[in-house]
Amino acid sequence: MRKLQRRFASVNEKARTVTATSAAALNPRSGRSLARAAAAIVILVSFWEIGSRFNELAGVPLPMIGQIPAPSRVIVAWYNLLDDPGYWRSWYLSFLRVAAGFSAAMIVGIPFGLVLALSRTFYLTAFPTFEVLRPIPPLAWVPAAILFWPTQELSIAFITFLGAFYTIVINVVGGARGIDARYVQSAYSMGATSWNIFRRIVLPATLPSIMVGAAVGMGITWEVVVAAEMISGGGSTLGRGGSGSGGGLGFFIWNSYTGGSYEQIIVGMISIGIAGFVSSSIIRYVGKVATPWMNVR
Amino acid sequence: MGAPADNQPCRSLRGAIRIEDAVKIYENDDGGLVAVDHCSFNCAAGEITMVVGPSGCGKTTLLNAIAGFHSLTSGTIYLDDELLCGPEKLQAKPGPDRIVVFQNGALFPWKTNIENVVFGPVAQGAMLPADARDKARSMLAGAGLAGIEDEYPGQISSGMRRRVEIVRALINDPKVLLLDEPYRALDALTKSVMHEALLQTCYRSRVTVFFITHDLEEAIFLGDQIEIMTSRPCRTKKRLKVDLPHPRDHTIVTSRRFRELMDETIDAVHEEAAKAFRLGEREG
Repeated sequence: MRKLQRRFASVNEKARTVTATSAAALNPRSGRSLARAAAAIVILVSFWEIGSRFNELAGVPLPMIGQIPAPSRVIVAWYNLLDDPGYWRSWYLSFLRVAAGFSAAMIVGIPFGLVLALSRTFYLTAFPTFEVLRPIPPLAWVPAAILFWPTQELSIAFITFLGAFYTIVINVVGGARGIDARYVQSAYSMGATSWNIFRRIVLPATLPSIMVGAAVGMGITWEVVVAAEMISGGGSTLGRGGSGSGGGLGFFIWNSYTGGSYEQIIVGMISIGIAGFVSSSIIRYVGKVATPWMNVR
Repeated sequence: MGAPADNQPCRSLRGAIRIEDAVKIYENDDGGLVAVDHCSFNCAAGEITMVVGPSGCGKTTLLNAIAGFHSLTSGTIYLDDELLCGPEKLQAKPGPDRIVVFQNGALFPWKTNIENVVFGPVAQGAMLPADARDKARSMLAGAGLAGIEDEYPGQISSGMRRRVEIVRALINDPKVLLLDEPYRALDALTKSVMHEALLQTCYRSRVTVFFITHDLEEAIFLGDQIEIMTSRPCRTKKRLKVDLPHPRDHTIVTSRRFRELMDETIDAVHEEAAKAFRLGEREG
């Protein structure tokens, strides 16, 4: 009970300090939470290490976790990969595919969503088709994409594009339709032209939703690109280690599995985790800079 | 602002609104809902006309017709003898001569306060951005709002937001200010400060004010003329000239005349409120 009260008190306190904002006021708190986050990782890794080495330590193989390479072995495998150009090429290729698919989704999705939201005729014409296509998982497109696009690279980028596209469009439509009519009315009464209203009212009012769509879409592109690489064979193969790294991080994982280097599977997984985290951070940062009014309350 | 204010130096008065036989019927499944029923009244130029009625009675429909946001079903509205809307043209064109200040405020949250204020003149191409900023800065300072220019509306109090919004309207030099319960969400103390500030603004700019409210005390304190409306359909139930002298401040609320005016009108307002309550009108 007291703990709950304290939690509410700290929420209030936070609300108060945010306006006066000072990193200093929040610092001791964020220092402590950093320590907690680090502790969580250390505990997880320790359990994992003990679990997978249980056979060596106690002579009893544990089910499931006993099959997974221990973190210490993973780190060694990772260290050995650091000077492998194929491993880095996988990073590069996956990032490139995500960037291509994601940018294409933004470039096509934002205007498409805006027109859907602003034109009733276009909405009634195009939205039903869109809604029928939307439930088709991007991965179901893989075979058709391979047939349709001339290169494998394009088919992977296309599937990545689909992953982000629907989310971005849905968010843009929701954002643009949710614009408070008063903003548009008062802009009209202050003498704004339609173009002015689009540029100065509709776009900025939709921007927060665009950023939400971008953040969610970025997450989906990583999911999709990995799966697409696994299925399609990942394009080029370079590098060493018998595991043919170099076809993107998804392909890297799959190849490590078929090549029997189980440590590398984990390396690939963690690499994707890091890559996704970095991409999301970039989107979050861009969103923060693009919508400065959202962080003031 | 009635006779007493006329000895102040001022520009020629403008912004007289004449509403003649306005009717608005909203189409719905039961054939139609009459929101405004043959409503006629005048708002004198440079005066504050308070339109009082229970929530949802159709006052806002009238305001929207003047602003040009909605059409009338029939009837005519003139602004300074110039036709805003009539049988030939049922919806007026919105324009910077009639600016609305909304119930919950409509400052653009993505623009800083000063960017909000310069929006009108810049959008119309009436002023260079730099000149507009200078003028906005001095108008904000004149309204006691210096120092908040570069903050976002989300960073200042709701009372201040409302004042910024009125400055944003006035920078366009409108003939009429259309206020739709702008102080509804404010607490009573902030409200009384806002009322005095609005009167000061009106004394300075001599703009005509069309002010919608359901608060009778607010209406008598601010108004030169009060139109008490019937609950839906909306038409004038009682008209009242407020003869309280200008300039007014908060002390007037306790004066004998103020109380007399309250006594004269409160029954009419209460009757309509009770009617609206029985009909189960939604807030709005």
